[in-house]
Amino acid sequence: MNVMSNFSKGFVKENPVFRLVLGMCPTLAVTGLAANGLGMGLSTTAVLVSSNLVIAVLRKAIPDKIRIPAFIIIIATFVTMVDMLLKAYQPGLHSQLGIFVPLIVVNCIILGRAEAFASKNSVTNSIADGLGMGLGFTVALTLLGTVRELLGNGTIFSVNILGSGYQPFKVFGFPPGAFIALGLMMALMNMLAKKYKLE
Amino acid sequence: MEFKLVVSSSPHIRTPESIQSVMTDVLVALFPAALAGVIFFGWRGLITMVLGMVSAMVAEAVILREKNIFGDGSAAVTGLLLAMVLPPAPPWWLVVIGGVVAITIGKHVFGGIGNNTFNPALVARAILMISWAGHMTGWVRPIDLATAATPLAGASTSFMNLFVGAIPGSLGETSAFALILGAAWLFYKGHIDWRIPGGYIGTVFVMGTLLQGYGSVMSMISTGLFHVLAGGVMLGALFMATDMVTSPVAPRGKLIFGIGCGVMTMLVRLYGIYPEGVTFAILLMNAVTPIIDNLTLPRKYGEVTSS
Repeated sequence: MNVMSNFSKGFVKENPVFRLVLGMCPTLAVTGLAANGLGMGLSTTAVLVSSNLVIAVLRKAIPDKIRIPAFIIIIATFVTMVDMLLKAYQPGLHSQLGIFVPLIVVNCIILGRAEAFASKNSVTNSIADGLGMGLGFTVALTLLGTVRELLGNGTIFSVNILGSGYQPFKVFGFPPGAFIALGLMMALMNMLAKKYKLE
Repeated sequence: MEFKLVVSSSPHIRTPESIQSVMTDVLVALFPAALAGVIFFGWRGLITMVLGMVSAMVAEAVILREKNIFGDGSAAVTGLLLAMVLPPAPPWWLVVIGGVVAITIGKHVFGGIGNNTFNPALVARAILMISWAGHMTGWVRPIDLATAATPLAGASTSFMNLFVGAIPGSLGETSAFALILGAAWLFYKGHIDWRIPGGYIGTVFVMGTLLQGYGSVMSMISTGLFHVLAGGVMLGALFMATDMVTSPVAPRGKLIFGIGCGVMTMLVRLYGIYPEGVTFAILLMNAVTPIIDNLTLPRKYGEVTSS
């Protein structure tokens, strides 16, 4: 596997949300608005790339028996940094995302990539993997957020699309709508994957 | 001395019943209540019902890629039931979205007829209720169609009106008389079992009598009777909860299911924030139907209970 395919697999073939079905908690919880989905995705990407980098560098130094605690400490460090940075420079987004920023620590995509990829591969490949997976996650969350915001609020990134006469399909803004929208989008993805033989 | 024995594998006796014949019977059974809806709420009620049925049938035909729009009739029943739990004169798009949502999200995402966990019409109603609460509570008085509150929300009315259906409420739920008339047809054809409606209505009556009734015995009983006749209990108990797909199979399970629906309905009505709880009660009990089925599985012939 070269660097390019390690990067690109996260978008479609091994998309964390639609194909691997990982990180469902932030996916369902923060995608009521497209901007929140984008913010969450980019925060996760930042943590994922940094933690993959450090874990790949230290992969020979970390003893096998305590690798999970070691990974979590590395991940938690970067999550704390992202949390503080968001609080300082994007306080609005930070308050919207709320508890889900600190919860990036337990996001299974990040620990999953650390365990399955970064602890076994070179630094360059690990960065490519983290970047691809993170951006794939971002794209998925932004898409889901866009669909939910458009239907549930008539807007995309707070820009009014459907006019003032639109009576919002409010259920898509609520948690049940997150499940419905995600399920339908996943079905669509599976259909496309079958059609273009991505399996 | 020539016997001609036909040797074949079971089953040897086949029922003439098909999905289509059952669904046609349900449509026939819903007719009195639909007619009552049109009489009380006028042509807007008729349009709502036609819209609900057509949108559900079109959605079903598109999903199944079928030319015959009536299909097995289940979409028509879902569409009509949906229209009957909507207010009498909602905007047209509300009915159309409801019909499409009922068939797609309520039914076909689970794998189509026979596989849906929840009653499709009630799924659609719940989603519409969450999305457009304003339109979903646009109650009007029968005949003169003036805006009014439902009896459950505190409007006073006589028992005669409650029974005949001359009260504000959803399009097809108001007339207890027409609903019982229709359900009698389903009982006669053997499509529904007395245990679900019996358990449901009995529980509502008992809980209404004991928990909200006060004063003399007569007034307590009339409170219980009010809870049975007002709102959607009749429609829910006779036509929604008895849906074959989403209710338990075994007799004991049916009784448990009915009582559970009654308890949930009354809990919402007496202690919840909504005046009416039939939709949520039946959906909740739909969710536990597989568990009830597992627990009430009848013993097979010759089976020994395992220790």
